[in-house]
Amino acid sequence: MKSIRNAILKHPNWTIAIILGLGLLWILASRVTNPNADTIGIAQPHIGFAAPDITLSDQAGNSIQLTELRGQPVIINFWASWCPPCRAEMSAIEAVHQTYQGQGLVVLGVNAANQDNFAQAQEFVSEMDLSFQILYDTTGNVQDLYEVSALPTTFFIDRAGIIQEVVIGGPIAEALLNIHAEEILKEQP
Amino acid sequence: MFPTLHIGSLAIQVPGLLILIGLWLGLSLAERYSPKRGIPAAHIYTFSITAVLAAAFSARLIYVFLNLNVFLDSPASIVSLNPELLNPFGALLGVALVFIYFLRRYKYNPWSFIDALVPILAMLTCAVDLANLASGKGYGYPTNLPWAIYLFGEWRHPTQIYEIIAATIILVSLWPGSHRTLFSQRGIYGLCVIAATATSRLILEAFRADSNIISGGIRSAQITAWLLLAVTLWLLFKRLGISNG
Repeated sequence: MKSIRNAILKHPNWTIAIILGLGLLWILASRVTNPNADTIGIAQPHIGFAAPDITLSDQAGNSIQLTELRGQPVIINFWASWCPPCRAEMSAIEAVHQTYQGQGLVVLGVNAANQDNFAQAQEFVSEMDLSFQILYDTTGNVQDLYEVSALPTTFFIDRAGIIQEVVIGGPIAEALLNIHAEEILKEQP
Repeated sequence: MFPTLHIGSLAIQVPGLLILIGLWLGLSLAERYSPKRGIPAAHIYTFSITAVLAAAFSARLIYVFLNLNVFLDSPASIVSLNPELLNPFGALLGVALVFIYFLRRYKYNPWSFIDALVPILAMLTCAVDLANLASGKGYGYPTNLPWAIYLFGEWRHPTQIYEIIAATIILVSLWPGSHRTLFSQRGIYGLCVIAATATSRLILEAFRADSNIISGGIRSAQITAWLLLAVTLWLLFKRLGISNG
């Protein structure tokens, strides 16, 4: 111990050079050779993973499967009519839908129907004048699959079906919605 | 993972709560030991509150500046409470400006002021690592090691736990109330904590599977940590008066 201390005191520049050299070697040895190799093919509701597949129906009974939308960027927003932040952010989500639907962006509003009143949810949709697809999670299974622990929760999924961002809680700012929407529109499969 | 805590209809985000608790504990720790470095405890609180406000303001300002076209379309978003709309370098700039203001206003020795504030950093590092454990951020690479944890569909390195252990070792072994003669010299305590934290990040980042990658598969956090380590080591040796010959 004493000899190491003496060596450090005698050759401080060499000591710094050796420490930093070892650091550089560690950086090079631990560099990533195959990015996302450990997440490809794993469906998890987290950033960098494939979005878990879901099939839900709208009010008219038409069902939508998420994997059928592969190739298009998708925003999934979980909401309920009794949730004030959901109400506060819904006009921004509608605006993003209006702005980017021409570029292929799909917005899905998933109503947490297992914890909402169907009539109130429909009233909410007509009151907010929502034109994007509204789906109903009547069993709560989709919320469980996406580990939705708070409403609203919004997932941004790129063309390859990879989750790029998750925003838990709200209301989400229109600027943030636009920034994330443009990011997933840029991503190529 | 424990991302949200439900109290009635209220959903509290646990990571944010842990960081707030870490800030409060760090402030209490810094306040306790700052008088021995010649900094009044009240000034630690004043500095921290001012620094947090300045960091939030400048982080938002830089973020808005970098995404100006988006904010021109929705100016109300400038005052949004979304923490995602913050730029980390803007936050550092805000803290640095408040630090310089306090040095000039109260004529503190900069090394003493760094020593007095560094316990906040050490405690916050622990809190951020706990927050990552709660949110699942910073998850590790798949591994077959016996202490692997099952997370996100794979057995993985428990990186958040590695980081919590490292941060706790740094906090405890470099305790601000330590009576080591080495730490009696101004700036040595602070530089040791920063150097140890940078070393920990440099080593443990390698086990994370969600690192930000720059060219050649190099992780940006490791480069930042390496540069920080280089600067702190140079300053440390200089402060200790150790030079060749």
